Amino acid sequence: MGVMGPSLAPPIPPGADQDAILRAVGDEITNRGFVIAKADKLFNWARSGSLWPMTFGLACCAVEMMHSAASRYDMDRYGMLFRPSPRQSDVMIVAGTLTNKMAPALRRVYDQMPEPRWVLSMGSCANGGGYYHYSYAVVRGCDRIVPVDVYVPGCPPTAEALIYGLLQLQKKIRRNATIARS
Amino acid sequence: MNESDLIDEAGSASESPLQIMADHLREIGQGIVLSSGIVHGEIELQVSAGNVAQLLLLVRDDRQAAFTQLIDLTAVDYPERKDRFDVVYQMLSMSNNMRLRIVATVSEGQTVPSVTGVFMAANWAEREVWDMFGIFFSGHPDLRRLLTDYGFEGHPLRKDFPLTGHVEVRYDDTQRRVINEPVHLVQEFRDFDFLSPWEGMHNELGGNAAKADPDKTAK
Repeated sequence: MGVMGPSLAPPIPPGADQDAILRAVGDEITNRGFVIAKADKLFNWARSGSLWPMTFGLACCAVEMMHSAASRYDMDRYGMLFRPSPRQSDVMIVAGTLTNKMAPALRRVYDQMPEPRWVLSMGSCANGGGYYHYSYAVVRGCDRIVPVDVYVPGCPPTAEALIYGLLQLQKKIRRNATIARS
Repeated sequence: MNESDLIDEAGSASESPLQIMADHLREIGQGIVLSSGIVHGEIELQVSAGNVAQLLLLVRDDRQAAFTQLIDLTAVDYPERKDRFDVVYQMLSMSNNMRLRIVATVSEGQTVPSVTGVFMAANWAEREVWDMFGIFFSGHPDLRRLLTDYGFEGHPLRKDFPLTGHVEVRYDDTQRRVINEPVHLVQEFRDFDFLSPWEGMHNELGGNAAKADPDKTAK
């Protein structure tokens, strides 16, 4: 992730500048035993560094979601662990076709997630119904049911695309989120 | 299988196993089977809806036929017919390596006796046919809808059911629940049929569609 500057500036690349900041932080700790940081920045850093997605695979997109979690792309590197319980998750990845019958279940699972929570809509079907847009049984976009933060296009999106979407979500959290999010 | 075997019905020695089985089935199903034939390399029996369970029991328990597996149970809608539905039972005989299709023609509102007593596998298949076509199976232990939403109205695989259905769902913030609403499509249904490469095929193939509607294919 790199060392974050004091404002919304991009991460400071390794070099003399970064060394200076790290040295200053190290001196603070050795001299006083603690460092001072802005609470919301610290919280957002911690939150975006350990996004735990809810396992909510609905269709073929779920296979790509599994790929992104498996050894080749390995979402663990970003601190993202799939949780089987909504009560332990921060992010819900809606991966696949959301049918009318599943919609109340999806909403219930979303309501069970603790704040702050985010939703990532994965693939054409979750974004807007996709191939099944005119079907009698499919919800025309999961944003009719839950508020969506990031849309990942594709049918299905590749594992890279999903990880890119999750990194965009991390960026969004660092920029937008405050401690009191409702 | 040699095609001449199917055509040659004169000598019993040269008859194909399929033809022998078809004759045998007609024999054991005497008085029940309305007509029989070999369609697409499989035996097809027509039967009236009331006798389906009896015929299935016969072809299952007959030692020679031994159609012991119900592979699938489905229906077809022909809206232009007076008796609009065909209920189709696909059977497999493992010992004979043969398949059998039993077709019962059913009109709208007519009940079909359930075959769950003969094949347990028919349970969910009949629920699905009830869900999708609205064909009622009498004597079924638990005839609920199988696939569609709870409280769904209509039978989607009927030809007169609109593709988009009648209701759509969304979450209502004030009621705090997912609600049903009449369908409102933001974008009209896009029918690309006029661009379809298959449209022009009717002429070359001389299919029924081309004969019925020459104007359509002329353009």
